[in-house]
Amino acid sequence: MKSAKLFVLLIITVCFVFPASAFAKPITINWWHAMRSARGEVVKNMINEFNASQSEYKVVGTNKGNYDETMNAGVAAFRAKKQPHLLQVFEVGTQTMMLSGAIYPVFELMKDAGYDIDWSRYLQAVLSYYMNADGNLMSMPFNSSTPIMYYNADMFKKAGIAPLSKSDPITWDELGEITKKLVEAKIAPAGMVTAWQSWTQIENYSAIHNIAFASKANGYEGLDTKLEINNPQVVKHITRLKSWADDKRFMYGGQKYQGPKSEFMAQNAAVYIDSISGIAKLKKGVKDFKWDAAPLPVEAGTAKLQNSIIGGASLWVLTGHSKKEYKGVAAFLKFLAGNEMQEYWHKETGYFPITIDAYESLKSKGYYKTDPLQEVGISQLNRATPTTISRGLRLGYFVQIRNIINEELEQVWNGKKSPQEALDNAAARSNIQLRTFEKTYK
Amino acid sequence: MIKRSFFKSRYLPYLLILPQIIVTMTFFYWPAIQGLSQSFFLSDPFGQRSQFVWFYNYIELFTDPLYLKSILTTFAFSLAVAAVSLSLGLFIASMANRALRAKALVRTMLIWPYAVAPAISGIMWLFLLHPSYGVVALGIKEWIGVDWNPVLYGGDAMVMIVMASAWKQISYNFVFFMAGMQAIPKSLIEAAAIDGAGPFKRFWFISFPLLSPTFFFLTVMNIIYSFFETFGIIHTVTQGGPGGSTNILVYKVYQDGFVGLNLGSSAAQSVVLMSLIIVITFLQFRFLEKKVQYGG
Repeated sequence: MKSAKLFVLLIITVCFVFPASAFAKPITINWWHAMRSARGEVVKNMINEFNASQSEYKVVGTNKGNYDETMNAGVAAFRAKKQPHLLQVFEVGTQTMMLSGAIYPVFELMKDAGYDIDWSRYLQAVLSYYMNADGNLMSMPFNSSTPIMYYNADMFKKAGIAPLSKSDPITWDELGEITKKLVEAKIAPAGMVTAWQSWTQIENYSAIHNIAFASKANGYEGLDTKLEINNPQVVKHITRLKSWADDKRFMYGGQKYQGPKSEFMAQNAAVYIDSISGIAKLKKGVKDFKWDAAPLPVEAGTAKLQNSIIGGASLWVLTGHSKKEYKGVAAFLKFLAGNEMQEYWHKETGYFPITIDAYESLKSKGYYKTDPLQEVGISQLNRATPTTISRGLRLGYFVQIRNIINEELEQVWNGKKSPQEALDNAAARSNIQLRTFEKTYK
Repeated sequence: MIKRSFFKSRYLPYLLILPQIIVTMTFFYWPAIQGLSQSFFLSDPFGQRSQFVWFYNYIELFTDPLYLKSILTTFAFSLAVAAVSLSLGLFIASMANRALRAKALVRTMLIWPYAVAPAISGIMWLFLLHPSYGVVALGIKEWIGVDWNPVLYGGDAMVMIVMASAWKQISYNFVFFMAGMQAIPKSLIEAAAIDGAGPFKRFWFISFPLLSPTFFFLTVMNIIYSFFETFGIIHTVTQGGPGGSTNILVYKVYQDGFVGLNLGSSAAQSVVLMSLIIVITFLQFRFLEKKVQYGG
């Protein structure tokens, strides 16, 4: 009896005296992500690097399907109290995550884990998308992209149009002239196509020209935000695109990227607006013509051009885990933000490095000299310090809102509605969604 | 004399059907009740907040002109799918039923499309009818001179998804019509032939009425198919576009619930969808079944 007690005491002493890590297995950190195929491989390599770099923690990455499926898996797991430590969520889910009550804000996590991070050394246009109204980072940006403009260099050459600058944007009027030339000379069947029309033609158009997309600083400063996309500037832009659609300078190729991309690759359209992730796709897919990239066009006479905004996804830390595990999560996030990982990520996937240090390191190594296409997006993103309007969008039910915008724009392209009517309608319908969202979170 | 056997215990029959009841309850009634209760709440996806809002979700739905439009779209779509797949299924079955040397082979080949998943069927039709790379679409534009563009025009998109959905279902209908036709006594047809009825009359006055139970069953099945299972086709081909013209109810439930995470509204939509199917099936049994002749 006495010896048994002594034995228990001994065990307790051992547990206290020796640090757990001395003989315990490494602490597992679960990360659910939406990266598949080539990107999935890159993610796997990054995880392996981290696991090999130390022995205290072991990150386990699991692909849970595409963005929707990954977010749903996270939601379901949280409800069943089996949530991972890290969950990758697409940018439109930002507001839902932020208000979920299920997250451990990244700026707090890093502070609590004892890391003193100089957030000003990060790309501000990337960070600002995931900050709260006070400028604190809520989730760690992971894969970020921005739209740029691709063009068929062979067609341009044939029409005697000089190659476009990779840093200074042309104006929309100039693009109109260029596409007019190409279509009239029958060099290109159609002028321009665009992927993700809401993101490229309304969200980014508004950010670049510092036009509010929604009230309350695009929703950052309150749930009682209202869409303001039916403003004269955006209506004018959509009206211009519609008039281009009528004389084939613009061609509607579908809501996502697949349709527009195939129009560009089949040389049905000379200009193609899509995310920088298109670089890798076009490099792989285009064999029979030369193409190049330029920043998105802008309005002539804009006093100060703003940054474009990002798309992609960020990593959210979910609540309900132990302090020790969170230390591991913080260590992993710190590791991912390091130069080596960021450079690797950027080179392999084309997504932006999130720190200025990584960007400058790549620059000093001459990476952008050998691959100038990769700098188009990043310099457009770094063009200016984000304003409260160009830092991003913070809207509830953003998925539904994008669907609404898509639906209404399609009715402009097929002539059922005038641009003003469609954008008024889009704003009104989106506002109903926003009110339901507000009611849910009140 | 009819032999009857009795259970000694009063509880044994209940015990025997218990597994089925448990399965039905867990997988059908429990989720349905959950959905019904969810439709009266506004809640965030993570389950941290939830408030009872009475009929708010329903009111939002029925004051949205686009939701009403989506209901009409669904009806138009499912009627078109049922009409196309039933008539073509019947036509092919009656052709294949005639004495042919390769009858068995033809029959087997005609059943194949049913094995194709809806999403794949959608992709294949997209390859045929896409305005830029669709082989058939290029033909339509070139020779018929129609400005075919399902990416832009709602009507064209509707035609495309009706074809993709009906194509798959033709095989299913074919199998049942074929079986139904083989059950029709040859003597009836022969008697009519002797009396001088041509193939069309024989079909219309003999085969068709005798096929009515099959026809009725298939109508119900086709409507249910076009309401629910065509999801994969919509998802791969049009995503509900352009301009919401192919946004059928089941796709909207998915968009709002699974992608958009508006659980309350999506639950309310599911309840509406479920009620519609119950009403339609009830009406079919009430009115259509009266015209059905079971037995010879």
